[in-house]
Amino acid sequence: MTDDVVVPTLPTRKPIRLIAETGRPVKGAQTAGFVLPDTDTLLGLYRQMVLARRFDAQVTALTRQGRLATYPSALGQEACEIAAVAALAPHDWLFPTYRDTIALLTRGVSPVEILAFFRGDWHTGFDPRAHHISPQSTPLATQALHAVGLATAAKLKHDPVVALTFLGDGSTSEGDAHEAFNFASVWQAPTVFVIQNNQYAISVPFSKQSHARTLADRAIGYGMPGYFVDGNDVAAMYAVITAAVERARSGGGPTMIEGLTYRMEAHTNSDDPTRYREKGEVAEWLSRDPVDRLEKYLTASGVLTSEVRESITKGAEVLAAATRDAMNEPPVLDPLELFDHVYSAERPALLEQRAFLAHELAQTESAAGAEAAGRESAESEMAGRA
Amino acid sequence: MTLVEETPTKIAGETDASGRASGTGPSAATPAGTPAAPGASAVASATAPTSVSIAGALNAALRDALAEDPNVVVFGEDVGPLGGVFRITDALNAEFGESRVWDSPLAESGIVGTAIGMAMYGLRPVVEMQFDAFSYPAFEQITSHLAKMRNRTKGRVTLPIVIRIPYAGGIGGVEHHSDSSEAYWTHTPGLTVVTPSNPADAYSMLREAIASDDPVIFLEPKSRYWAKDAVTLPVQTAPMTRAVCLREGSDVTLLAYGSTVKTALHAAELGAAEGLSIEVIDLRSLSPFDDETVGASVRKTSRAAIIHEAAQFGGYGAEVAARVTERQFFHLAAPVLRITGFDIPFPAPKLEEHYLPTAERVLAALDTWEW
Ligand SMILES: Cc1ncc(C[n+]2csc(CCOP(=O)(O)OP(=O)(O)O)c2C)c(N)n1
Ligand SMILES: [Mg+2]
Repeated sequence: MTDDVVVPTLPTRKPIRLIAETGRPVKGAQTAGFVLPDTDTLLGLYRQMVLARRFDAQVTALTRQGRLATYPSALGQEACEIAAVAALAPHDWLFPTYRDTIALLTRGVSPVEILAFFRGDWHTGFDPRAHHISPQSTPLATQALHAVGLATAAKLKHDPVVALTFLGDGSTSEGDAHEAFNFASVWQAPTVFVIQNNQYAISVPFSKQSHARTLADRAIGYGMPGYFVDGNDVAAMYAVITAAVERARSGGGPTMIEGLTYRMEAHTNSDDPTRYREKGEVAEWLSRDPVDRLEKYLTASGVLTSEVRESITKGAEVLAAATRDAMNEPPVLDPLELFDHVYSAERPALLEQRAFLAHELAQTESAAGAEAAGRESAESEMAGRA
Repeated sequence: MTLVEETPTKIAGETDASGRASGTGPSAATPAGTPAAPGASAVASATAPTSVSIAGALNAALRDALAEDPNVVVFGEDVGPLGGVFRITDALNAEFGESRVWDSPLAESGIVGTAIGMAMYGLRPVVEMQFDAFSYPAFEQITSHLAKMRNRTKGRVTLPIVIRIPYAGGIGGVEHHSDSSEAYWTHTPGLTVVTPSNPADAYSMLREAIASDDPVIFLEPKSRYWAKDAVTLPVQTAPMTRAVCLREGSDVTLLAYGSTVKTALHAAELGAAEGLSIEVIDLRSLSPFDDETVGASVRKTSRAAIIHEAAQFGGYGAEVAARVTERQFFHLAAPVLRITGFDIPFPAPKLEEHYLPTAERVLAALDTWEW
C-alpha cells in the first residue's frame, strides 16, 4: 500500500455537521475538516430546497385528490436530495429511486415528464439520456449496480464522468447493495453512494435493518472512504458529496455517504404511519427541519432578506401552479404504443397481438359512435316533436 | 487501492496520475500486450474448412467481435486468464487486455447489473454466467431491468447485452450444474433467447447476438461444447431468430433445440430404418418462436413432437404444443407430443441417463400415436 492511497477509516460517531440546528455554524471536530460552503452557494441550495418542498407538497396534494396513482414523498429529506444534485456536473449521471423525485425536478426534468410515472401514463416519462438520469428505480438497490457499471464504462472511455446513486436505509440490506459497494471498490469506479437513512423502510425501523453503529461504517470493509453526515444539514451534505464527486472524478474511486435524516410523510399516500411510529418522534424531527435550519443561518448572515425570501416563495408558487396545470391536462395515451418498445425488431406474434388490440379498440369506438349517434337522433326526434 | 494482492492479471504500470493504483478489474490503461490483428483467427482460416468445435466457434466469435467493435467488453467469473471454466474465453484476456476482457468479482447480480450500467453508457457487454443454475442470483436484474429498460424508456435506453449461459445436462455435472432454465427467460417479454446446436450457428448466432440492440440470453448446450464440424470461419448462417430444417421428412416433425437436436437427428436415423420419415427442425430461437417455419413443416407432416431436457410441467414444450395446436389444429392428425425431462429436480450424475430424453424414448413416444 502506498502512502497517498486514501486510507479508509471508521466514520465519526457523531454525524458530520457544519450548521447546527440553531442555525449557527459548527466549529471543531464535528466538521471533520469540511469547510462551510460560501453563502451564495448556500442561498442557491436554499432556493432549490424551497422549490422542491413546494413541489413535493403539491404532488402529495394531487395524490390525495386522486390525480396520481401514488407518490413517495421526500418531505424532510431535501438536504440530501438537493445537495447531491448540486454536487454533480451536467454530464454526471444520477441513479434515483422512487423516493428521489425532487432530485429529478432540481436536475431540470419538467413536472409533467416526472409525474407521468406517478400518474400511471408510462413507467418513465422523461428521456434518461437527455438528463443523464436513470429511470427511477423501484426494485431496491438494483440501481446502485447500474451506477457502478456506468461509472466503469466512463472510466474505460477516459471520460471524467461520475455516477451518483441514492439508496435507502432499508435497501442497504439487499444483496445488490453489497455487490455494488464491492464492485465499485474493486474496479475503483467513479461512483458516489448516497444513503438516505430516513430511519424507516415503510414501517420497519432502522434498528431492524442493521446492528452496525452506522451504515457508513461498512465502507471500511469495502476499502472505500465512508462518511456519516447530518442529512438535515445541507451544508455538510454538500461539502461531503462535493468532495466525494471530486475524488471520484480524479481517479480516487468510490465513496459511501450516509445522511441521517427523517421521512416526515408516510411512506406513500397509501401508508398509515400511526401504526408504527409515535407522534412525538415526528415532532422531534420537525424541530431539526433542514429548510428551517438553513433559513436561520442565511437570515442571520444577512443574505436572506425579506425581498429574496419573497421572490423565492413566489417562484415556488409559480412552480406549484404549473404542476397543478400540468396535471389538469389529461394525458394522451395510445394503447397501441404498448407494443412499440419491447424489441428493436418487429416480432410477428407481437404484431398479431397489436392487431387484435387495434381491432378491439376500433370495435369499442364504433360501438360508442353508434350509441352517440343513436342518442343524437333520439334527441333530434324529441326536438322535432316539441 | 491495493488492499488485494497484486495478481498476474494486473497490468504493469496500472496507476493513475496521482500514482494511486487504479484497482483491479477493468482498467482504462492501455493493455500491455499487442492485440492480434482484427479477425485474425477467422481470416487465417477463411480459405478452407477446418474442424471447429462449438467452444472454438464461440471463442472465435468473441474474438472477432472484440476486434471489430471497441465497445464490446467481456467479463464474468474466471473469464480472464483462465479463459472460463469451459475455456470459451480462452486467450482473449491476453490478446485484448484487462480493459476488454476481465475477471469480475464473484456475484451474478453484480455482473448483470453493472453490464446494464455499461450498456447505458454505450458499451456492448458480453457476460458469462458460469453455469445455468448460477444465473439465478441475477434473476432480478435480468427480469426487472434488462428485459424492461427499452419498454420503460420508450426505446430511449437500449441494452445491447449478451448473457452467455452454459446450460443443460449430460456431462455428469453435480447438483446445480445441469439445469435447463430456458422457460424462465422465454416467459420474460423483452428478452431474446437463442441456443445454437452446431459450430457454424454458434459462431454466427453469437456474432448476431452481440450486434443486436436488444438483450439476448445466449444458451450454450454444454454437453455439445466439444462437438466438431468442418466450418470455414467467419460464417454467417440463418438469422438467429429463425428455425432451420436440418433433415427433411414427411411423417412427423421433431422440434428440438440445443442438446436435443442431436437426439432428434439420432431418432430420425433410427426411425428411417423402421420406415418412418422424420423431419427435424432446430428451433435455434426460443424467443421469438418461428411459427412460420414450424407451421410449414407441421402442415406437411401433420404430426409434431417437441424434445427438451427441462422438466415438462410449465416447460417450453408446453408453449410449443399450444402454439402448434392453436395454429395448425386442422392439419394435425394427432396431438402434439412432449418428450422431456421428468417433473423432478435434475438428478445426480449417476442417474441422469434415466432423466435425459433419448432417441429411443422419442421413437417410443411416436409409437403411442395411432398411425
Ligand atoms: C426488491 C424489493 N423488495 C421490496 C420492495 C417493496 N418496497 C418498496 S419501498 C420499500 C422500503 C424501502 O425502504 P428504504 O430503502 O429505507 O427507502 P425509503 O422508502 O425509506 O426511501 C419496500 C420494502 C421493493 N420495491 N423492492
Ligand atoms: Mg428508509
